[in-house]
Amino acid sequence: MTAFACALVVAYHEGESIHPTTRHAVTAASQCGDDVHVLVAGDGCAEAARAAAAIAGVSRVLHADAPSLANGLAENHAALVWALAQGYSHVFFSASSYGKNVAPRVAALLDVAQVSDIIRVLDAHTFERPIYAGNAIATVRSDDAIKVATVRATGFPAAPAEGGTASIESVAPVGDTGLSAFVSRAAARTDRPDLGSARVVVSGGRALGSEETFLSVLVPLADKLGGALGASRAAVDAGYAPNDWQVGQTGKIVAPELYIACGISGAIQHQAGMKDSKVIVAINKDPDAPIFDIADYGLVADLFDAVPQLVASL
Amino acid sequence: MKAIVAVKRVVDFNVKIQVLPDGSGINLAGVKMSMNPFDEIAVEEAVRLKEKGVLTEVVAVSCGPAACQETLRSAMALGADRGILVETDVELQPLGVAKLLKAVMEREQPQLVLLGKQAIDDDCNQTGQMLAALAGIAQATFASEVRIADGRACVTREVDGGLETLSVALPAVITTDLRLNEPRYASLPNIMKAKSKPLARLTPAELGVDVTPRLSTLKVTEPSKRKAGVKVPDVATLVDRLKNDAKIL
Repeated sequence: MTAFACALVVAYHEGESIHPTTRHAVTAASQCGDDVHVLVAGDGCAEAARAAAAIAGVSRVLHADAPSLANGLAENHAALVWALAQGYSHVFFSASSYGKNVAPRVAALLDVAQVSDIIRVLDAHTFERPIYAGNAIATVRSDDAIKVATVRATGFPAAPAEGGTASIESVAPVGDTGLSAFVSRAAARTDRPDLGSARVVVSGGRALGSEETFLSVLVPLADKLGGALGASRAAVDAGYAPNDWQVGQTGKIVAPELYIACGISGAIQHQAGMKDSKVIVAINKDPDAPIFDIADYGLVADLFDAVPQLVASL
Repeated sequence: MKAIVAVKRVVDFNVKIQVLPDGSGINLAGVKMSMNPFDEIAVEEAVRLKEKGVLTEVVAVSCGPAACQETLRSAMALGADRGILVETDVELQPLGVAKLLKAVMEREQPQLVLLGKQAIDDDCNQTGQMLAALAGIAQATFASEVRIADGRACVTREVDGGLETLSVALPAVITTDLRLNEPRYASLPNIMKAKSKPLARLTPAELGVDVTPRLSTLKVTEPSKRKAGVKVPDVATLVDRLKNDAKIL
């Protein structure tokens, strides 16, 4: 037993910067442990380690740098976190594609349960998490010695990026398992705000009709509002928008200040990804579309008329 | 090369679930159950790999109560060669299922294990990763493309911000994302044929696995409801409301 509870947050980062979801995980961790440490593991990630040390509420940064830790390979990262986890009461990851990939592997190596997508910390053992596409909230208790969890960013405010004065300590990386190798990455190039952390999200559905109209109708609105672009699963499946724009149970979970759903019917699966937005606007031709059940402001109209009008009046 | 595909029986994705008033869980009485949609994609991928001559045998595995044999029959109707039911009435959590699947792997020695990326009931997204950890093998999660060549799997994954391609050593665990493939429908003749395919039954005790739940669910509640909004007649009113009522613009 450690004298007091200490939580480790495994950072999701891009080498130079810490992904904002990591700061939400720091907030959740600070509600569980007296002390919060952050692990920054990668290849050439000193800059990210410095950024982690500046996060308010972090007391120590563990910095592991090695070629085997490049590209976030689950096998190597999980082995490292497993080696460091003893002595921590909590090991938290953001519920990013990185965290979801690595956290369960760590939990299984530790022979403990993993709690996915926590949205609230009731006490150091008890958490709330959504199940059934967010249609129910489960309160779960873990009695395992080490609590491994992924944190849903929309459930916790982000810890401030500045103000922290954590020490940075190098930790020895573990060897390459040799099980997997990185081949390539096709990044969706965009100068828009990140969908997960944007203040405004403009989202389109199948009613947009094609990739060309999706972009020609929605881009001016997103530009005007400085927003990110999102899409329903139907729009992604139809090829109107890339996969990583998908908002919903199986895509991204967002909670912006303003969510504008254009030509989206509002299936349960989609609502699971956006119903915690502060203000929801729906523009849809069908007055019975389920999206109107959760929209603060609904406009029954043809989006091809309404969206350009909206752009013109902003 | 042999593959195992793990399939889970869940509440059908079209069902609007109800939380029990006493907070003990979800009302499952008389509710339509189906194969988890991501697992259908996993079965489809295995069957396609068999049709390409990459796989020689596809074994579907399900863990849970006796009714899971229906899910296994569905998998066999889609093209799986045989089924294994690990039967238990104990509430199963991902770590327990991963241990059961690892024990099945030791018996079957597959080169590939396919699972869905998450089940649409518990929304955990853990089992595949946990199985890979326990078996000490590679994992490729959220797959949108799978190619098998030269003893390795080349897998394109859906990640935040785009796509990533990994090459993993076999045996490996692959979990499927939505856009890996479009699952086929089972034809009536194939549904009939599936009834006579072999289905073996095992128990956690026979596999030597302790599946006692690690997490206790204290209660299940309905999410807070959004308060009903208003419909606005035109764009001008919408802009006015966003500026003056919501003060968001």
